[in-house]
Amino acid sequence: MSKEIYDVVIGLEVHAQLLTSTKIFCGCSTDTGLEPNTNTCPVCMGMPGVLPVLNKRVVDCGIKLGHATNCRITEDNIFARKNYFYPDLPKGYQITQFDEPICTDGYIDIDGKGHAKRIRINRIHMEEDAGKNIHDVDAPYSYVDYNRAGVPLLEIVTEPDISSTDEAVAYLKDLRQLMQYLNICDGNMEQGSLRCDANVSVMKKGAEVYGTRTELKNMNSFRNVQKALEFEIERHIGLIESGGHVVQETRLWNASSNQTFAMRSKEESHDYRYFPEPDLVPIVIDESWIAEIVQKLPELPREKRQRFMQQYSLPSYDADVLTQTTGLADYFEQCAGLYDRPKEISNWIMTEVLRAVKDEQTGLKDFKVTPGMLAGMLVLIRKGTISGKMAKDIFEEMLSTGKGPEEIVKDKGLAQISGEEELKDVVACVLEEHPAEVNKYRQGKTQVMGFLVGQVMKATKGRANPKLLNEIVKEMLS
Amino acid sequence: MFDTARRYRYEEITPSKEIHGLIERIRKDSHNAFITVNADEAFEDALKADRELDDEKENALLGVALAIKDNICTKELKTTCASRILSNFVPSYDATVIERLRKNGAIIIGKTNLDEFAMGSATTSSFVGPSKNPWDTARTPGGSSGGSAAAVAAGLCAGALGSDTGGSIRQPASFCGITGLKPTYGTVSRYGLVAFASSMDQIGPMTRSARDAAVLYDAIKGYDPRDSTSIDMGYNPISLDPLDMRGLRVGVPDVFFADGLAADVHKAVDSGISTLNELGAEIVPVDLPHIRYGVAVYYIIATAEASSNLARYDGVRYGMRVAETEDLMDMYMATRSKGFNTEVKRRIMLGTYVLSAGYYDAYYKKASQVRTLIMQDFNRAFEKCDIIAGPTTPVTAFGLDDMIDDPLSIYLLDIYTIPANLTGLPAISVPCGFDRDGLPVGMQLMAPALREDSLLGTAMAFQEYTGFHEATP
Repeated sequence: MSKEIYDVVIGLEVHAQLLTSTKIFCGCSTDTGLEPNTNTCPVCMGMPGVLPVLNKRVVDCGIKLGHATNCRITEDNIFARKNYFYPDLPKGYQITQFDEPICTDGYIDIDGKGHAKRIRINRIHMEEDAGKNIHDVDAPYSYVDYNRAGVPLLEIVTEPDISSTDEAVAYLKDLRQLMQYLNICDGNMEQGSLRCDANVSVMKKGAEVYGTRTELKNMNSFRNVQKALEFEIERHIGLIESGGHVVQETRLWNASSNQTFAMRSKEESHDYRYFPEPDLVPIVIDESWIAEIVQKLPELPREKRQRFMQQYSLPSYDADVLTQTTGLADYFEQCAGLYDRPKEISNWIMTEVLRAVKDEQTGLKDFKVTPGMLAGMLVLIRKGTISGKMAKDIFEEMLSTGKGPEEIVKDKGLAQISGEEELKDVVACVLEEHPAEVNKYRQGKTQVMGFLVGQVMKATKGRANPKLLNEIVKEMLS
Repeated sequence: MFDTARRYRYEEITPSKEIHGLIERIRKDSHNAFITVNADEAFEDALKADRELDDEKENALLGVALAIKDNICTKELKTTCASRILSNFVPSYDATVIERLRKNGAIIIGKTNLDEFAMGSATTSSFVGPSKNPWDTARTPGGSSGGSAAAVAAGLCAGALGSDTGGSIRQPASFCGITGLKPTYGTVSRYGLVAFASSMDQIGPMTRSARDAAVLYDAIKGYDPRDSTSIDMGYNPISLDPLDMRGLRVGVPDVFFADGLAADVHKAVDSGISTLNELGAEIVPVDLPHIRYGVAVYYIIATAEASSNLARYDGVRYGMRVAETEDLMDMYMATRSKGFNTEVKRRIMLGTYVLSAGYYDAYYKKASQVRTLIMQDFNRAFEKCDIIAGPTTPVTAFGLDDMIDDPLSIYLLDIYTIPANLTGLPAISVPCGFDRDGLPVGMQLMAPALREDSLLGTAMAFQEYTGFHEATP
């Protein structure tokens, strides 16, 4: 298949569940993990006579993300009703934004193949989530859980600027990281707090008209996004190469069969009959509102990466890893405040800390080895109290017991023997016990020194300061 | 209402005796004004009012029986909207207006009949059958708040709440010879009012006198954080004194007296306007050039909003469900086909059509633009006058058997009341005479936004001078 002669065109629509404490139009909490239908009220259940009242914190989230993605923030925001029937939609319409979304015309610069690539953002808008249909529990009936109904969402829509599956995933990761930094979305694709739909088409290189696109849904991980897009691109090219054509339709990704399946065609698509929501008044976002939000914005990933490279003289790879999440970056900076060799800290974090965090599955927040403990341990290495090798054991000990490094060293008698007199006594004993080897050395077979040092290490249970030990053995043999 | 409060104060009767008597009368009454009688709770509340009256609490509403249109939610009291689809619906909450009335010690005596989902002008499409006009039981009380109007006119309650989306308070008030106020949009919370057309729905008082209307309006109005369209206007009670008519400019638009206006109505309203003139008001001509598009604009916007507002009655969460169906789509269709009456279905279809892809710009958007032009008409008119006067409806109450089978002709009867809903302006209907059959005629007064004070003050001045509102069937 002549894949090289095709250009790929991808646009993404991301739905991000916001971390506000209450729903978008009522006072219910956003905790969706409760018993079904216990986190509801007449408003989010769409009872007769109820009215929505906008949660202003949702607007705050929109302003934050809009600013961070270089968007224009809309001054006069109106909400619209998107009308369709579905059991998980209590009112028979979703309150969303249509004509005047809160953010327009922005972009995110991602790292393409060795160069920055700009992905333009068409719009970001505020809307409410629907409930969840639950099937197959008690067939032929289905159930509906409305706990999620009314949870606030931001929908982020790109222009068709993405030209490979790698770029799609890179964009998603950057967007997620941005939202995590802004603390507006936890970005968990598996649990559905971050959802991604993709529009994809292919066209011959140099063509002026886009190919027919299909819309992909139901991809609940970065990996699935990548696989679904790859599958779909192959499918499009295959169709065209074999003389067929792509049908405009919505397709669902099936992660167990690794295929996409047609869900509904363009002809079956809904007419949502959008019109301005009469129950809500226009929301005016003035300069002072934006200024108030922008003033409190945290340092964003790109800036933080730059600063880490400059302030701590870290290689770009390290800066990249350490700024993946604000939690990790904060962890690093807390260590760096206590210990002045940032690269050493970085090495430990990138290896031991990240591995342990992953194994423990606790997240950094509940991670037993605090920055103070890690820094304390590095200080002990530097002072020569422990060796690098011993440090790994101490790290494990801190991890399992939560005890500080000094306490562990003391409890276990792990401190390195760095006293010259103390070591000399041990070396003397060892030499006495191995006269044959001592003779060999003195006859010029200096390689037996390794054996003798090893014997001392054995006798001291590995606590001898290696550098000092070497010097003493050499001195006492000659 | 004032009369009831006075009799309580002079200990002519106690609330419990009054309520007991009213419930007996409602049970024997034949106007089909009520869908649900709240007998037990009303009597219990009346006993409470008996005790509170002893504590000498000053409150014009304490122990007073009010009837509530059955599209306003009452906690643990069935609220049906006169529709089969909500025939078993019991709200879990009180509408804001109900909360406020209860706090004032008012007694909810029952829920009144209406056109299904307040869509209609005759209270004939109700699933419990039509209400009857106390002035002539072969005639309609008007609609959609026909049950509330009939209950007040028949003396089954001291006052009532109605809702007005295109004239549903004022037209039945006019047909039944009572006073009905459609307040400025946003002054009375819509929270708990089952939505018909959200941008126009407004709850208002239906009472014998303008003074009663002022008391009831004061009790229910005011900012409500649960209604985003509610206006924060601070605390400013309506004066219960008639307004001095001297120097007041009353605008009379020609367009309100054009073809289709019954001669007897024309005469009674003319004489009503003359009365205002005699009281010292200056009569000035005003021009409302875009009013003629009012009915068309209204039936686009109202049906569009209704088609969306009524989508929630799908048989999934509450209300009626036709269960013996093949699949989900089948259940939706069977439930909604059986649950709604013809007029509601007609409006849902109209509204769905005007919002459809390809038609939105030609209908809904265009209608919204004309709506703005009509608002500008009124803004200009109110530079020349303080009050606009005219008929409430072109005809008096028509016979239940004469019901016109042509929806368009019925829609055209809303021509005078619709502008207040499109513009959000306050308007009141006051009785101003009778036609040759002895049926009441209503005069409509309109005022600039938030000028309920001058509107009610003018109505009080008119009623101080005339006795039409005191006439009973």
